Amino acid sequence: MTERTQDEKYLKKRKAHSFALKALIWLCGILTVGILVYILLFILVRGIPNINMKFLFGQYDSETLSAFSSIIATIEIIVISLAAALPIGVFCAIYLTEYARRGNKAVKVIRLAVDTLAGIPSIVYGLFGMIFFVGILGFRTSVLSGICTVSIMILPVIISSSEEAIKAVPDMYREGSLGLGATRLRTVFKIVLPTAMPGILSGVILAIGRIVGESAALIFTSGTNVLKAPTLDLTASQRTLAIHMYMLAGEGLPHHRDMAFATGAILIIIVFAVNMAATKLASKIGREQ
Amino acid sequence: MVRSKITNTEHKINLYENVMQIVFFISALVSVMAVIAICLFLLLRGIPAIAEIGFMNFVFNEKWGPANVPASYGILSMIVGSMYVTAGAIVIGVPIGLLCAVFLAEFCPDNLYRIVKPAVNLLAGIPSIIYGFFGMEIVVPFVRESFGGNGFSILSASIILGIMILPTVISISESSIRAVPSSYAEGSLGLGATKEETVFRVVVPAAKSGVLTSIILGIGRAVGETMAVVMVAGNSVMPLNKIALLKPIRTLTTNIVTEMSYASGLHEASLIGTGVVLFVFIIILNTALSLLKSKSSRN
Repeated sequence: MTERTQDEKYLKKRKAHSFALKALIWLCGILTVGILVYILLFILVRGIPNINMKFLFGQYDSETLSAFSSIIATIEIIVISLAAALPIGVFCAIYLTEYARRGNKAVKVIRLAVDTLAGIPSIVYGLFGMIFFVGILGFRTSVLSGICTVSIMILPVIISSSEEAIKAVPDMYREGSLGLGATRLRTVFKIVLPTAMPGILSGVILAIGRIVGESAALIFTSGTNVLKAPTLDLTASQRTLAIHMYMLAGEGLPHHRDMAFATGAILIIIVFAVNMAATKLASKIGREQ
Repeated sequence: MVRSKITNTEHKINLYENVMQIVFFISALVSVMAVIAICLFLLLRGIPAIAEIGFMNFVFNEKWGPANVPASYGILSMIVGSMYVTAGAIVIGVPIGLLCAVFLAEFCPDNLYRIVKPAVNLLAGIPSIIYGFFGMEIVVPFVRESFGGNGFSILSASIILGIMILPTVISISESSIRAVPSSYAEGSLGLGATKEETVFRVVVPAAKSGVLTSIILGIGRAVGETMAVVMVAGNSVMPLNKIALLKPIRTLTTNIVTEMSYASGLHEASLIGTGVVLFVFIIILNTALSLLKSKSSRN
């Protein structure tokens, strides 16, 4: 009799313990989403009312604090660094998946290099860009130096997503193409790459997100300069949107602070759109297979 | 005649194949060359400065005063600072992240998963600058009002970094928890354990190498983070015996970013030297990571 009540007591204790754990787990799930919602709302609610046409497209002065030149510089950096890094990254992925033999030593070294690049902090990229592109190659503090630095930084993102996408293409497709007499190269370009395209694109989107939010790698390469009106001149030093926000936040004046919120809202809207697009693509790949 | 034409086009195709194969290989080598260039130029500029200051005088000296006469370039306080904020980030981020990963892998209903998972991804995509600004506007005043001090502190930096490493910890832990064979859990449940007991005594321990990987990646992110930390940490160089949770702190990364814009000569080189020390930390973490990877793949 006493044994049974003791057992029941023990069981009750265990149940209570489990319930507490379950509550804690749910709490952490809710907390994570809560933090995200808090950050998003905090920036958007204070930022969106401050976005106006003069801020987006006007000339920069102490009144408008226009982000126009930063927006154009950000777009320049995105487009050109992707144009440089995308072919290199995709070709690297093709080499790793389609051409390299298993256990090849070069592959090991390349993989190690890609992993290393992925782990290097932005500020170290910034230092390297400042030493190499700004200094040694003589590009000075310019959008061009920023582009070169960022191109290296996004390589690992593009390589790993392309590699995964290419690996996911069923061997059957390749065999079919080779069996019909197509060469290996033709098979890669006509069969493998088109099939892997959604995965490669999601890598591109992730890279865009990374560039938009980047600041530490660009502050010493493309610089903190702001122009009255934007220029497409790559040798000019221009700040990007993220650095625009950093500079405004650092001023400590109420008007600057409002405009920092506005810049933050623009950044969040872009990042949100980029993430939605990547998720959509990913779910599309999932459905096809 | 016809035959020679065919062999001709075959030759052309072969040539094209071979050329492209070389192009692919060279593209693959770009990453290797980039890593070599980064190491080389960082060391080339950083090592002479460290040598001139003296290694011990640089790494194990807590006095940082480039404007002093004579100038002193000790970064010990920043090394310790980086360790403190990283440890703080781990203390805050890992428990929440791990429990959230358990939530996603084991407890989250499907329709909720469709909201929570993208939310975690979005958290990973938010720029450092936004985290920093959020920290400056919300976390710093919160710390100031609840715990005293001026708010710019190790604690504020740890909270912000703790949030920033959440997505890394969550997504890698989640996938390693999902990779645990369901027979493990079934065995435990069959013996009468509750679901929660099963998760914490059987499933999570089986996923421990993945969880460890996520923690190391989180450490890497926290050590290297710059812009978010610079906005909330206060950036004063503290003597070692004055470092405290509610006092300002300067880390390796923020030392570079706060002074680089006006530094020159040995001062600038010593900041690059700071970058070299940071880089060494990252290399150590990367090595730990690849050791862990090869160990778990052998098992």
